[in-house]
Amino acid sequence: MTSFVHYLLPWEFSPLVVLFCLLAGGVYLRGWSRCRRTAQPVGYWPLASYMTGLLIVYLVMQTRFDYLSQHMLWIHRLQHLVLHHLGPFLMMLGNPGKVLAQGVPAGFQAAVLAPLWRFPPVRALYALLQNAVVAPLLFVGLIWFWLLPDVHFTAMLSAGRYQLMNWSMLIDALLFWWLILDPRPRHAARRLGYGARIVILTLIVPPQILIGAHMALAKVSLYPVYNVCGRAWPISPLVDQQIAGLVTWIPASMMSVIGVLLLVRRWMNESQNTALPAAGLS
Amino acid sequence: MTRPRHNLWAVAVLLMLAAGCARSPSPWGLHDISGLMPPLVFTLHDGSGHIRHAYDFRGEVVLLYFGYTHCPDICPTTLASLVSATRRLGAAADRTRILFVSVDPARDSPAVLQRYQQAFGPRVTALSGTPAQLRELTRRYRVSYGLGKPDADGRYEVSHSSAVFIFDRDGAARLLATGTDGAGKIATDLKRLLDG
Repeated sequence: MTSFVHYLLPWEFSPLVVLFCLLAGGVYLRGWSRCRRTAQPVGYWPLASYMTGLLIVYLVMQTRFDYLSQHMLWIHRLQHLVLHHLGPFLMMLGNPGKVLAQGVPAGFQAAVLAPLWRFPPVRALYALLQNAVVAPLLFVGLIWFWLLPDVHFTAMLSAGRYQLMNWSMLIDALLFWWLILDPRPRHAARRLGYGARIVILTLIVPPQILIGAHMALAKVSLYPVYNVCGRAWPISPLVDQQIAGLVTWIPASMMSVIGVLLLVRRWMNESQNTALPAAGLS
Repeated sequence: MTRPRHNLWAVAVLLMLAAGCARSPSPWGLHDISGLMPPLVFTLHDGSGHIRHAYDFRGEVVLLYFGYTHCPDICPTTLASLVSATRRLGAAADRTRILFVSVDPARDSPAVLQRYQQAFGPRVTALSGTPAQLRELTRRYRVSYGLGKPDADGRYEVSHSSAVFIFDRDGAARLLATGTDGAGKIATDLKRLLDG
């Protein structure tokens, strides 16, 4: 039992991760319970999805899993699968735009968030990151960048760069999956159409397959840093790399397939609804 | 409406990112880890059982290596290669220190450490510590180690990193040598570090 608790303790305690998770969870819960009292409450499934996503993000960053991620390539790839795909995907299924807006205290919203949002560089940066061309390039580009052997080497040696790597993967994924899964009605301002979203999800698959296949099929060890710093347990470097390649290749592509299916269903539902004369559009 | 201004800001952001990525080529033969890893800090004990701290070795270029004395081949080979590298420095060898940290304190008592370091000459100091002290130090330099399952005779293998972390005379992390780096290459960089 004590050893079980031992594994749940952070390997390298990060106040920033704990603060992020507490805030993201707390504000969402507050917003969700406030939404319950309105005419359009948010259901239990979005709540469960958001919280599950947040929980797995916390677990891969602040438990012994983090130690394994630093000392085994394929577990590192698993960690990034959670940070870049699975965790943020589940969180964005929780309708966070609506719920978090309800959850943030009104005073804070008026005093800090609204002025920040009016600040041109912030708006420009957001517009850039949510651009239909930039977003997928950045999403795949970050996977590619942190897996460049030289970059990966220093990211695994330096605690600061390691944190930067994980945060960049997480933040970019939250933005990317928000762009893809944004549940606002079809004619809401600045919302990307379903067709474009499906194209994006399809286009990010081949590069991820290439990155994964490059690792899985390589005949030499591409990431010597795990030899230098030592692996979590004895395993051949090539076997480690092959599993890592498969983790990058298959589940990541599956996420796109699931995303497309979800969007197609929403698209069909919305087409049926808008066909009715009573359907309200904003 | 403010679209052109948005684009200007976007270009500015991209330019700053690009500027941050530009780097000049490294003058070192080994991996340059300046600024990547924290300065040398530890509390361990030596072969006479005395407590030793990192600041005891200020003024010397420190080569830090993790291993265990029962290690059949890699540890002695690496230590021999490091000793050979320091010998190539001539008189300047006196300003270097090879710290061999055993991650197997159960078998490597101070007496064992003392005998082991004597086999490698005066530049090598063998250290070890409590499991908590060793965990602290290995976590600091992001290296792993693990004790294998004992066989019928109670013998077991220990997995450890192959990294040699090199610190300058102020204790700042500067270079990283790996198992494949030869004594000549290490000596060249040590000389540059001592001169610089």
